[in-house]
Amino acid sequence: MTLDVARVQKDFPILDRAMPGGGRLVYLDSAASSQKPQSVLDAMTRYYETTHANVHRGVYGIAEEATRLMEEARDKVGRFIGAGPSHEVIFAKNGTECLNLVANAWGRANLRSGDAVLLTEIEHHANLVPWLMLREQLGVELRYIPLGDDGHLDLSELDRLVDGVKLVAVTAMSNVLGTLTPVRLIADTAHAAGAVVVVDGAQYAPHLPTNVGDLGADFFAFTGHKLLGPTGIGVLWGKTELLEAMPPFLGGGEMIRDVRLDGFTPNELPWKFEAGTPPIAETVGLGAAVDYLEALGMDAVRAHEVELTGYALRTLAARFGPDMTIYGPTEPAERGGVISFAYKDIHPHDISQVLDQSGVCVRAGHHCAKPLMRRLGIGATARASFYVYNDESDVDALADALDATSAFFS
Amino acid sequence: MGLEDLYREIILDHYRSPRNRGELESPPAVRVEGYNPLCGDEIVVYLDVQDGVVADLKIGGQGCSISQSSASMMAAAVKGKTVPEARAVIRAFKAMMSIHEQRLDADGDDAAEKAAAEMAEVKLGDLEALQGVVRFPVRIKCATLSWNTLQQGLDEAGAAQAG
Repeated sequence: MTLDVARVQKDFPILDRAMPGGGRLVYLDSAASSQKPQSVLDAMTRYYETTHANVHRGVYGIAEEATRLMEEARDKVGRFIGAGPSHEVIFAKNGTECLNLVANAWGRANLRSGDAVLLTEIEHHANLVPWLMLREQLGVELRYIPLGDDGHLDLSELDRLVDGVKLVAVTAMSNVLGTLTPVRLIADTAHAAGAVVVVDGAQYAPHLPTNVGDLGADFFAFTGHKLLGPTGIGVLWGKTELLEAMPPFLGGGEMIRDVRLDGFTPNELPWKFEAGTPPIAETVGLGAAVDYLEALGMDAVRAHEVELTGYALRTLAARFGPDMTIYGPTEPAERGGVISFAYKDIHPHDISQVLDQSGVCVRAGHHCAKPLMRRLGIGATARASFYVYNDESDVDALADALDATSAFFS
Repeated sequence: MGLEDLYREIILDHYRSPRNRGELESPPAVRVEGYNPLCGDEIVVYLDVQDGVVADLKIGGQGCSISQSSASMMAAAVKGKTVPEARAVIRAFKAMMSIHEQRLDADGDDAAEKAAAEMAEVKLGDLEALQGVVRFPVRIKCATLSWNTLQQGLDEAGAAQAG
């Protein structure tokens, strides 16, 4: 099954919006946040127009219906990532909150001063700072799997690095380099060393067929808004026995079974980790996003992105040659559709500003991965990233706009 | 709102040929780093204050055309000035950056009047080329990065001499 991109594009109303220059929107920043198909927008609107009430509380009809819609979304999301029981699927605000949940709830219960946690040099700040905070607060030792010069993780010292660690937290795909990491190999090595494995799937789950069991994850975190869903909804999947043994993260309504003046009893999974009124409409929207992607087929989504990334790498190399540096693996099959680049000596901010004149949206900056930027010896990159609605004409528009950028600054 | 409003020729000139790039030995010079957490730009200001005068000033670090040209023009504008004069230029520049497009309609608006008064205090000269930046709000931080860093440097130099 191949992706019919022209048909997909018709499902995304934002692609029809008017642009200041009279051209079209060329959206190449899906690694930051994806656009939303009409079906997601409709599902959320329909929910508010017909069903809204608080969940897990009311005994009246629409409250039960709202609860059912939210729990159906949980089931869908669980199936989408190959999870077992739906109670292993926890909703939070975003991917960052999911990783903070693990660091705080699992970390504080299981880590002591001197315990080691293994990360990588290519992590997003969301999978770095929560652990750096534990380093400050608990005195845990942080180790890092280095980045090799080929854009892949350098695993040559993995056995030594993993020795004695309690937890390994690794991204499945770099948001800067597009690098797909060997999660399964790292997880197997970590498990053999007795460590728990946390996978940051924020860039992976939206773009590749995902099975948390096949990846070897103990925890898997991702966010809805990069996956055609709304903002304000993140997903943490965790193994039942780990989640059961963890204390709650946030306290409040919903996450309790009983509260007394001298204590409380937490609720059962997954609600133990869902304090307060959840983002109900957002879960419904995320469920619709999952439906949309499954209808396209995640194999087709991945195949399309490999093809488009290959086209982009070839096109940019042919048109800009040595004037352009593209970071990360050179082989499209080893990476996602995220292309970070340097062009001549034009600062990424200036590139992004001039591209904007042509309606071309790319990200410029450190992409919330400052240690990786330091490792690469640069302050910032420009980054173009693809999704189901992008095609070769978007790559061509990027290249044309880069020509204009060059002309402007020369 | 065209790119020419943002990238005036004088800005591009300072970007391509930045003035006062380099380092000063620290100490005696004060060395201050400034970061734009948004984009990763960083600037280093080396400041040599003698007898209440900005005797020398050098700029290091890396950043976009707006932050680099702003730093370059800043160095040219405050070098040789007394500390109070340099502070007045900082105030005038930051006032210019805080003025919004509607300022001409903002009769009687206290903030606008205050900003106008601060700008009238000193001649910004070439720096006025950066005025177009206010129409691109995300870039204002690029333009003000070196100025905030200089301000911090003047504070530190003052504290060092007072101590």
